[in-house]
Amino acid sequence: MLTKTTTKNGEGNRIIVTVIGPDKVGIIATVAQVLADNKINILDISQTILQEFLVMVMVADMDKSTGDMAAIKDKLAARGREIGVRIDAQHEDVFNFMHRI
Amino acid sequence: MLTLQEIMETVNMVQEENLDIRTITMGISLWDCTDTNPRIAAQKIYDKICRLAGSLVQTGENIEREYGLPIVNKRIAVTPIALVAGSSMADNFNDFAITLDRAAAAVGVNFIGGFSALVHKGFTKADHKLIDSIPEALASTTRVCSSVNVATTKAGINMDAVYKMGQAIKKTAEATAENDGLGCAKLVVFANVPEDNPFMAGAFHGIGEPECVINVGVSGPGVVKKAVETVGDGDFGILAETIKKTAFKITRMGELVGRTAAGKLGVPFGIVDLSLAPTPTIGDSVAEILEAMGLECCGTHGTTAALALLNDAVKKGGSMASSYVGGLSGSFIPVSEDTGMIKAVEAGALTLDKLEAMTCVCSVGLDMIAVPGDTTAETIAAIIADEAAIGMINKKTTAVRIIPAINKHVGDYVEYGGLLGRAPVIPVKPFSSASFIRRGGRIPAPISSLTN
Repeated sequence: MLTKTTTKNGEGNRIIVTVIGPDKVGIIATVAQVLADNKINILDISQTILQEFLVMVMVADMDKSTGDMAAIKDKLAARGREIGVRIDAQHEDVFNFMHRI
Repeated sequence: MLTLQEIMETVNMVQEENLDIRTITMGISLWDCTDTNPRIAAQKIYDKICRLAGSLVQTGENIEREYGLPIVNKRIAVTPIALVAGSSMADNFNDFAITLDRAAAAVGVNFIGGFSALVHKGFTKADHKLIDSIPEALASTTRVCSSVNVATTKAGINMDAVYKMGQAIKKTAEATAENDGLGCAKLVVFANVPEDNPFMAGAFHGIGEPECVINVGVSGPGVVKKAVETVGDGDFGILAETIKKTAFKITRMGELVGRTAAGKLGVPFGIVDLSLAPTPTIGDSVAEILEAMGLECCGTHGTTAALALLNDAVKKGGSMASSYVGGLSGSFIPVSEDTGMIKAVEAGALTLDKLEAMTCVCSVGLDMIAVPGDTTAETIAAIIADEAAIGMINKKTTAVRIIPAINKHVGDYVEYGGLLGRAPVIPVKPFSSASFIRRGGRIPAPISSLTN
């Protein structure tokens, strides 16, 4: 049996990472590496192609994270620039507040 | 679970369409800072602001990073200084303005509002001292904002105050002439002023407000413009519905940030002000929303109707999104801060008269408008009186923030940069209002029946 996590899938402490840019090899690997380095668990990944651009959204659990949000955002943005895509991370509440009543 | 489209919509609003939280404003009561000795009163004011607002800026920045939402300004509003300084023996309240300026600098906020007086029915001695101190206070400080309420629907218009403010605006422009009359950009004359407005320059902490409170002002003209563009040639029902839905989403961000900030600072959450506040950034313009609705240029015939629809839809959508809505809540039409408005003035489509008509259907009033430097105090007072009359009769807030551009004429510009932008000097009527303004006294409060 699986061990229970302290909170249900890190609810209340999840971030949403978004990637927009031309599709290429290694985008998911790049994001996953930054998250893994900070002990952030990936819960869900979805992606699609919109107007010739790759749009990828990742839901991740910050519960056991070793880094703070600002540092992780900066790191993601910097790695994104290196591979020519835009990467951002925001707290999940922003999206829930805007789209769910 | 959120859909990919929903997530991308939010990301685009921030990254492409200039969605931001315009201001987190902490309201602070200074009632307990009075003292007969002005030095002691000033020290109490300074200490209280630093104690309560010490971590305001840091908290705002933390929320900004966590949510990935820009929070453009962190500001403070205090009890109208005429009420606080009134019990001191000071003859001039300039030292109180300097104290506010120092406190604002110490906690790192860019503006502090509340060098204010409420004189819609008449003046106290302190009100006189405060208004007399305004030109010097705005010239000798950088962060202090001043506002004076000269009319309400229940009290009528204090025409003595209107005249006095015409003179105060003129003197402030002269005292800050080397900065293009920058002092006047920090001075607002109100009718029916709201007591919980988080937006400068008109923010103060009203007399019915708690000890300390967090109010939030949202923005997002760029987001609304994008949404209007997606409507294409849909009818007005679809247009209004689209704006409502967009305003709802924008305001939810204000609600989230306001509640989070209040929680972190241990202060009650007051209101969300759901105003559409433009900035000089391209694409962040209210005029461009009106143009996206189908007007060739803001200011042409149909502008008032378009603005009425926009203002009402924003209120409807926004009030669904927040438990407590307040402040000015509507659409701002500051000329200097909106590239679309500036273009419309340059094209000759937008005039002072049209702006006055527009203020009948949106929040606030004649805002950030530059007029020739030789405009008389009486003419400025008459412009204020017109706006106050619109507010009084229509039971709404109106305001005047007008800049006499010293030594400048129609066609010249005043330049401030930053959020205050730049404004072309526009003409006023060459005919005198002096004999009317000099009558003095009050215009009685209007009847509330026979509404025709």
